[in-house]
Amino acid sequence: MELGNLDRELLNIIQSDFPLTAEPYKNLAESLGTSEEEVLASLKRLIEAGTIRRLGGIFDSRRLGYTGTLCAMNVPQEKVALAASVVNSFPGVTHNYLRDHDYNMWFTLLVQDKGEISRVTKEISNRTGIDEIISLPAVKLFKIRVNFDLTEG
Amino acid sequence: MITDLEKQIVRALQEGLPLVSRPYRAIAGKIGISEEKLIDTIKDMRSRGLIRRFGAAVRHQDLGFTANAMIAWKVPAGEVDRAGGLFSENPAVSHCYERSTAGSWQYNLFTMVHGKNPGECQAIAGEMSRISGLSEYLVLFSTGELKKESMRYFTE
Repeated sequence: MELGNLDRELLNIIQSDFPLTAEPYKNLAESLGTSEEEVLASLKRLIEAGTIRRLGGIFDSRRLGYTGTLCAMNVPQEKVALAASVVNSFPGVTHNYLRDHDYNMWFTLLVQDKGEISRVTKEISNRTGIDEIISLPAVKLFKIRVNFDLTEG
Repeated sequence: MITDLEKQIVRALQEGLPLVSRPYRAIAGKIGISEEKLIDTIKDMRSRGLIRRFGAAVRHQDLGFTANAMIAWKVPAGEVDRAGGLFSENPAVSHCYERSTAGSWQYNLFTMVHGKNPGECQAIAGEMSRISGLSEYLVLFSTGELKKESMRYFTE
């Protein structure tokens, strides 16, 4: 969608500093010199257009007790649709991308119990007939997710 | 550790903050606590790092960052910290992780970069290579998005 000035200013603030006050939209409106109605209308548009995927908390999966890994597999062209539907059927798979490499399907997996990772990859193998699925758990986190600065337009 | 109340708050917040004048009062009412208690608990969860960021998760493609690439680096064991630190300073890098290797896959440092187009991602990778002195890397563009969702925690 085409972003207006208010949309940009709002997005710049609320990516990290959404007010934790009784009337957050009113406070945002005050700091941007507009009305609460305008702020709510802008947010509604941004959410409906999908520009805002979610308004709320972005959680640290590990601190919530979850374990994550990045998995990759080599899927023959004729099995891509099948493998995608099998992989995507697991709720702990949040991202799944095709990439230009021998390992052409890459997905992230979050589970509550570490042992579940091998259970899921085994089940994916069984249901797709693809034996090798590599799991690359994070050893060290250096950086995660910056905010996107929209002030440059 | 996470309390039952905090789990309830996670479940409620992942539904998205309602677009009403007093969104916290609306959520608190459903959970059965006061608005003040909810706000205080969210603040506490943020300060303890359970909530990494409180606000909007945005689709970066809509903001003009249409290209992204996963760049995987082969880094000698003793150099991972130096390279990870260097790469993290680059504003084009949104994620940087050291990962285990497996099988024939021997690339151990992963960076996600965002650019206006694929050429810009390639140029960023070249610059990262020059600065770090690391020459073994793969730039993996996505050729298809099969799933991209926010995780839903504690749904069982």
